[in-house]
Amino acid sequence: MTRYIVRRVALSAVTLFLLVTIVFVIVNVLPDDPGRRIAGPFAPQETVDALNERLGANDPLLDQYGRLLKNAVTFDFGESFKFGQPVKEVLFPALARSAKLVVLGLVLTLPISIAAGIFAARRRNTLADRSVVTLGLASSSIPEFVSGVTLQFLIGVQLGWLPVLALAPSDAGFFAELEYLLLPALALVAVYFGYIARITRAGTISALDADYTRTAVMKGLTRRRVMTRHVMRNALQPTVAVIGTQIGYLFSGLIALELIFNYPGLGSLIVNAASDKDFPLLTAGVILVGIIYMLTTLTADLVIAWMNPRARLVGERV
Amino acid sequence: MSVGSVDPQVLGPEPAAGPVFDARGERRLASRERLRLLLRRPGFIVGSLILLFWLTCAVGGDNITPLDPLNDFDVSLQPPSADHLFGTDQLGRDVLSRVMAGARDVLIAAPIAAVLSVAMGAMLGTIMGYYRGWVDEVLSRIIEAFLSIPVVLIALLIVSALGASGVIVIGTVAVLFTPIVARTVRAATLAEAQLDYVTAARLRGESGLFVMTREILPNVSGTLIVEFTVRVGYAVFTISTLSFLGAGIQPPSPDWGLTISDTYRLIQASFWWPTLFPALAIASLVIATNLVADSIDTVRQA
Repeated sequence: MTRYIVRRVALSAVTLFLLVTIVFVIVNVLPDDPGRRIAGPFAPQETVDALNERLGANDPLLDQYGRLLKNAVTFDFGESFKFGQPVKEVLFPALARSAKLVVLGLVLTLPISIAAGIFAARRRNTLADRSVVTLGLASSSIPEFVSGVTLQFLIGVQLGWLPVLALAPSDAGFFAELEYLLLPALALVAVYFGYIARITRAGTISALDADYTRTAVMKGLTRRRVMTRHVMRNALQPTVAVIGTQIGYLFSGLIALELIFNYPGLGSLIVNAASDKDFPLLTAGVILVGIIYMLTTLTADLVIAWMNPRARLVGERV
Repeated sequence: MSVGSVDPQVLGPEPAAGPVFDARGERRLASRERLRLLLRRPGFIVGSLILLFWLTCAVGGDNITPLDPLNDFDVSLQPPSADHLFGTDQLGRDVLSRVMAGARDVLIAAPIAAVLSVAMGAMLGTIMGYYRGWVDEVLSRIIEAFLSIPVVLIALLIVSALGASGVIVIGTVAVLFTPIVARTVRAATLAEAQLDYVTAARLRGESGLFVMTREILPNVSGTLIVEFTVRVGYAVFTISTLSFLGAGIQPPSPDWGLTISDTYRLIQASFWWPTLFPALAIASLVIATNLVADSIDTVRQA
């Protein structure tokens, strides 16, 4: 197991390094005059020059690359253009707010969708099964902002059940805050229910059909024991993998939802940094989401390795 | 093989006309059978009809919309009525006309992005699956790094660094989908490359390029078709999201994502029609594409 963990962590580090390189190519290599792009076509040349100086865009590319790598390791990306504060101080409070929303979304999504997936798998090819599959396909293919505005209108405006905007007043208690976050979290449920229910269904079906399940039934184990000890332990591995990758993607789904529900999280910070051309903030935000994705997939892989010893051997010469 | 000028005696007796295996006829039969199976699936029929409707809107443009989607101003924010079936927007333009005309840009951009990503992904994927070894290892790591950032996020970064234009949006989506396609094609190629016909071609002394393009590629074409239909759906998803975020299709297009970003704040004041009709349009287009993709995939595997 230790060997596997070391290998897997080293792999994450390599991927992270490549990610920073991709960001570098996009931000530092491709644009020919970043100062001009930020200031706009009518800005005086002095402003443009000052901006390029501040960005270090006139330095040799290799120096710029070294600086970005160093920034990524120390997670110190200098000052945000717009806020005039260190990027870190702007990003982390926003990340905390987004994390609240993601956690609420997951708490709502996981039980429903895993239960629906197992339910559908055990009633394969019935009307119930087909409804889960079709609903999942439909809901997960609709963009977040589309389900977001629809839910906002139906539940927030028309029925008036939940607050239309997501940020609770600063003196609100824990449950009041939850109430404000519920509507955007439901939009996350709409998108991620489909992915997780379908992957759970597929995993459960292949575990139900496996020889070891038949053996377990034949040797007279109780139905409950077969399901918990033999089927579930194997069936949920793909689900764990998908949850790991989806948490990273949840943060991108937040971009649109935080705009719609006017919530000052990581997503709206990144999209505003993009429209303000606040490159230090934007670069740091993208790399931060990459790091989150890396950590969640890493955790998922380690959980799978714990569930299934065979997974620890992947990529090793046996 | 053409016999031509070669002495027939050298080649031995010509095979009898009857039992010759007619590959082309066989293939035609198989594809007709697949089409028959497709037409029996309600999901495929519904999906195709919706797609056909939006394609008609995209091709017809403002020739078939009831009013001019851009320049016909009436009283603003009228609720749906007989005059304006979907109401009017904040500038008094007919929402129905704008929703119909809004199909055009996304239906041009999404399929082009999908074709490009499948072409580039097929190239990368076959190279990775055929050569394996260090080529595969290096490309796999790069692909993994690309997949570690959500597409929308990196597209946002590209568009803010390079500016928003149709070409950049299409190119960005195509490049960002390429790794995903490459991974699928690589898996399909790995399976094919172990089969005897590939070994036979290699023993004949064919070049790697020939084996990849003439032997393996035709045999993974099914995977490519499914991958294309799936990618069109995701491209519509991604391009609409980018337009909503102001980094995709640019004004004055009546594009759905763009329209929603202009109007969603009105929902809080109960003016739902300028936002919800384009939202419905996006949902129907993406679901229709997925229904078609899913049916093709199921029929191909059956």
